[in-house]
Amino acid sequence: MSVMKRVSLIFKSKANKALDRMEDPRETLDYSYQRQLEMLTQVRRGVADVATSRKRVELQMKSLQQNQNKLEGQAKQALGAGREDLAREALSRRGALQSQLTDLENQYHSLQADEEKLTVASQRLQAKVEAFRMQKETIKATYTAAEAQSRIGEAVSGISEEMGDVGMAVQRAQDKTAQMQARAGAIDELMASGALDDVTGPPRDDIQAELDSMRSGPDIELELQRLRGELGTGSTQAIEGAAAGSDGAAQPAAAGSDGAAQPAAAEQPQAGDGA
Amino acid sequence: MIVRILGEGQLQVDDSAATELNSLDAVLERAVNSGDEAAFRSALVALLDRVRALGTPLAAEVLEPSDSILPRADADLDEVRSMLTDEGYIPG
Repeated sequence: MSVMKRVSLIFKSKANKALDRMEDPRETLDYSYQRQLEMLTQVRRGVADVATSRKRVELQMKSLQQNQNKLEGQAKQALGAGREDLAREALSRRGALQSQLTDLENQYHSLQADEEKLTVASQRLQAKVEAFRMQKETIKATYTAAEAQSRIGEAVSGISEEMGDVGMAVQRAQDKTAQMQARAGAIDELMASGALDDVTGPPRDDIQAELDSMRSGPDIELELQRLRGELGTGSTQAIEGAAAGSDGAAQPAAAGSDGAAQPAAAEQPQAGDGA
Repeated sequence: MIVRILGEGQLQVDDSAATELNSLDAVLERAVNSGDEAAFRSALVALLDRVRALGTPLAAEVLEPSDSILPRADADLDEVRSMLTDEGYIPG
């Protein structure tokens, strides 16, 4: 039998079970209505859970981004001071954060989509529950138990199908949210452990550092080149504090003639062209 | 006829579309039975796209049961299989 028919038969058999449960079909109406109100509460809670999860991911993304910016600044400072080893370490840590950030971004978009879908589903269910409530009152007021049977069957199976659909959506969203909470918890722990701290923090275990540098090796070479380029065209301003402590041996050519006269150029290497 | 796409809602589709939809459904069924994930994905997408193109969304307050129900667009093969076999999968 076809997929379409089989799925709808399974939904129908669920609805029929609900109908068979009561002696007086009119009792089915009240019972079903209670279930609907419970389901509405459940969906709204589901929407709230997903929103909470999304906000948490958002906060973590911000915090990781701040960390990355800090490490980038430190790498620049270290390079200016001739400490390439330290710059490498900072960039390697920054690289390690990037994969987590990408992961969080994906989670964020997925949660956002779930939240929108569940919100729409909850509005649709609410409209149906309201329609059901009105129909329920009409049926109870107008028909005898025997007469009411077929009308009740239609109303109940219509809404029971919607509840099955929404129920699956909520279940799925909750499973997913629980998984993401666990991953978010792991990142929080990682942050608390200091593993994601800046270079001046406590040293990490050497093997992990070695692994990180192997994983992101080529990227770091490129990053170092980029930073060298930035320092080369800019002034010595960006590395002021760090440079003072070193021998100055690492200073590239830019530190020579007119570089020191344009401290503002550090942020915008091309700004000096028109001056 | 009324067709529900799970996770999206119900659509009113003209009865004249039944033949076309049934043949797309048959392709989907073969893909589910064969266990070919890629074939399953493209068959499901093709069927859902056609239903969406031919159908008009039903008003939210309509309480009619659907004639046919289709898996949601991002359902995977295992989910659809368990939906077809396990009644407990659908709450309500």
